[in-house]
Amino acid sequence: MHYIVLDRLSRQSSYLHGLDARCKIAALILFLVAVATTLPLGAGAVVGYAFLLAAGVLLARLPPAWMLTRSAAVLPFTMAFATMSVVTGNIQHAVTLVAKSYLSSFAVLLVVASTPLPALLDGFGRLGVPVILVTVIQFLYRYLFVITDEARRMWLAAQLRGSALSRQPRSEKVAAAAGSLAVLFARSLEKAESIHLAMTARGFSGRMPALVHPRATAGDALFLLALAALLWLVRFRLGGT
Amino acid sequence: MSPILEARGLDYTYDDGTAALAGVNFRLFPGETVALLGANGSGKTTFVLRLVGLLEGAGEVVVGGVQLTRKTAALIRSKVGIVFQDSDEQLFMPSVLEDIAFGPRNLGQSQEQALKTARQSLEMIRLSHLADRAPYHLSAGEKRRVALAGVLAMSPEVVILDEPTTFLDPPSLRDLIDLLGRLPQAKILITHDIAFAKALAPRACFFERGRIVAEGKTHDIVRQFQWEL
Repeated sequence: MHYIVLDRLSRQSSYLHGLDARCKIAALILFLVAVATTLPLGAGAVVGYAFLLAAGVLLARLPPAWMLTRSAAVLPFTMAFATMSVVTGNIQHAVTLVAKSYLSSFAVLLVVASTPLPALLDGFGRLGVPVILVTVIQFLYRYLFVITDEARRMWLAAQLRGSALSRQPRSEKVAAAAGSLAVLFARSLEKAESIHLAMTARGFSGRMPALVHPRATAGDALFLLALAALLWLVRFRLGGT
Repeated sequence: MSPILEARGLDYTYDDGTAALAGVNFRLFPGETVALLGANGSGKTTFVLRLVGLLEGAGEVVVGGVQLTRKTAALIRSKVGIVFQDSDEQLFMPSVLEDIAFGPRNLGQSQEQALKTARQSLEMIRLSHLADRAPYHLSAGEKRRVALAGVLAMSPEVVILDEPTTFLDPPSLRDLIDLLGRLPQAKILITHDIAFAKALAPRACFFERGRIVAEGKTHDIVRQFQWEL
């Protein structure tokens, strides 16, 4: 079993962790819309949005360095497009693209790191995201760890039998890797069938039963209102038109 | 005393023509614990899947006076709970409490009642502190006990455990034996762990090629088939 940092962080206790998941999803949407529609994105607006995110990190008691580095995961993808803008001479556009994607990525990570996934999915479900989609994500998340462990065990088994030392031609290595993937797929399929059997044995008839959900409080509404006001300030006073 | 579960002439043949069960007869009495012994592939797991209608074939199963048919399968599954060999396959909900409440909700309990039942089941297995944890953060022993709680929450009359001692360390195994010993339900244990079988099951059935070839006192069956190290 691996200890997942994100999952551990999401189960901490803080002001932000205590907010209703729907409130945090709505706040995230507000933030993303504000960032996306700030044109042009001036230095003042960037500082304003960064200030809001920093406040969020403090409120959620998350490790700042970890947040800063993890949010950069999106940059290689963005940089490819930014490079194209630089090549065509539009440096301002490239900078805006990188800044917006980094700010957005940071905001998403902030919400995910301060909300346990079950609560987050529950929030999405209650905001009208189709149940089937929420269920699929829930199962994907639940079994991702199981399948990853399975893949890791297979990789270890291959290593222990000298796969790293092997002088096989590249084509044979690729064929072996493809074979391993096929085995992993077959095992996943087998696992899916077993899970379905286990669910059926406990009365599953095709519909996931709902459970009691937390209620949003006045505090959640206040948080959302305050954030909306601050976003309005940054969006319309510090930057953009 | 009449049996709580009775199987008569159970057959099952896999799609490739392999006969997994061939005319199995079996009776289980209220409160009784029976161990199913036998080599891998001898039909033990297929047999219990047939008991709750998860596999279909010839033969008859009656649980608490209700005959197993497609129409009664859901009712039978509420009376006979199975704890599967791999707990990961049984713990599919995002949190422990939700997972345990899954069965009661499917039985038609209200949300509040299902959560209450789930909490009671967790208390019974002394794992109330894990209620909000994600199943993948549990140890193998905890997963096994939570899987058992998920089954107990449905108040079954019979509990079936398929290889329950796999991956358990000695303290977890001791806890499991203690917990199962306290359960009033009739139990069927599929196991290769003879010490475990002897600790809980006075009676055993020995499977060979899809048939029960012997049944009797667990000690005698173990000795007869030299089923011990």
